[in-house]
Amino acid sequence: MSQPTLVVGNVNWFRYASPQAFYPLAGTLVPWFAWAAAVCCIAGLYAGFFVAPTDHQQGDSYRIIFIHVPAAWMSMFIYLVMAFWAGLGLVFNTRLSHIMASALAPTGALFTFIALWTGSLWGKPTWGTWWVWDARLTSELILLFLYFGFMALQSAIDEARRADRAGAVLALVGVVNIPIIYFSVKWWNTLHQGASVSLSSAPTMAATMLAGMLLMALAAWFYSIAAGLHRARSIILERERNADWTVQLARKGRP
Amino acid sequence: MSAILRALLYRDLLLAWRRRSDVATTVLFFVIVVSLFPLGVGPEPGLLRTIAPGVIWVAALLASMLALTRMFESDHADGTLDQMLLAAAPLGMLVIARAFAHWLVTGLPLVVLAPVLALQFDLPAGLLPTLAGSLLLGTPVLSLVGAIGAALTLGLRGGGILLALLVLPLYVPALIIGAGALDAAASGQGAQAHFLLLTALLVLAGAFAPWAISAALRISAE
Repeated sequence: MSQPTLVVGNVNWFRYASPQAFYPLAGTLVPWFAWAAAVCCIAGLYAGFFVAPTDHQQGDSYRIIFIHVPAAWMSMFIYLVMAFWAGLGLVFNTRLSHIMASALAPTGALFTFIALWTGSLWGKPTWGTWWVWDARLTSELILLFLYFGFMALQSAIDEARRADRAGAVLALVGVVNIPIIYFSVKWWNTLHQGASVSLSSAPTMAATMLAGMLLMALAAWFYSIAAGLHRARSIILERERNADWTVQLARKGRP
Repeated sequence: MSAILRALLYRDLLLAWRRRSDVATTVLFFVIVVSLFPLGVGPEPGLLRTIAPGVIWVAALLASMLALTRMFESDHADGTLDQMLLAAAPLGMLVIARAFAHWLVTGLPLVVLAPVLALQFDLPAGLLPTLAGSLLLGTPVLSLVGAIGAALTLGLRGGGILLALLVLPLYVPALIIGAGALDAAASGQGAQAHFLLLTALLVLAGAFAPWAISAALRISAE
């Protein structure tokens, strides 16, 4: 049986499905994404804190959206990407897909936590309370539990192959459940009290606000890619520590 | 096909009958948890009436979850599970039989007991059929979804706590809709929408959970 190939621009991209080939590629990419994240973050924070005007309703407390909104976007998107890699890994039995899924989980959990934390910091001056059982807050909290479950399951299993595959099944079950959880929480909330505060009917944003937020969103993207690739490299080294090529790397003294 | 289902169901129920104390433990746990709440929040009838649906549902959730660890464990230990994986019958059918047996043993007693416990909370008699109905539709969902977690954590150290972490977030929709049915009925809206949603959940879980359970069992038994 011949090897599957995906040739674009004289490079067979499937070659990088092998951890050995992926390791140096990821090593080259990590600094680029990390620097891009740093630049976007500095530019976005500058735009957000010094250029964007003060909101006439919320004062300066609205400025937390420059961190809160990108974090909330990433928290949901990373779970989808994680489930995508997990599904790919189950179907094609590729080790690297599972490694990517495990590498992304802590970053996703981090962003979920940041979104919850900054949201509650914003909620205190604006809504007068640290926490409301709003549909978005509640489903974000459950998303955090799903991330924790994924990571706890993987770390409870010693054998890498079983950990990968069990985690993948859980990630897929979770991704089917996320819309069900979101809608049930939403209906629950509206049935109980009706949405007292709506985030969706925010007033239209000034252009500089939007620019700052988009820059921060880009920073979050680049950071996630850099962190995911870096963690994937670490997992590869850990798993392949007995392979020839990692031993060679160690001899050269260049991790 | 149905002969295999019958045989498996008979075997599981017989095993449950031989270990009656296990079943009794689950039911007693349910009763005790429900009875603890008035002690915690105070005997004020109005408050108790308000929290009764939530308390009974959460207790049912926990009781059903506690019984999950036993779902595949002994079969895994004595090799029966390997025979099930090798059997000619589709694994999906076998796990449906197992989940159904689990529900008959742990879910159904809760459905029967819940209205009695609800009387402790002074729930109006008109709401008791709604409570039993919501549990009747909801507890099979708990058994099916929980079986995925039980299969994934089979034979792991710290399996019980881990199982709770995996399964409880997935129980959220059943809890919300199940307990919501009583609120809707109490407020005069009628619980029909909630019953339809619970049925939809049950159909979804019945269609998709067996795949996930089978995949998880194969992974765990490798």
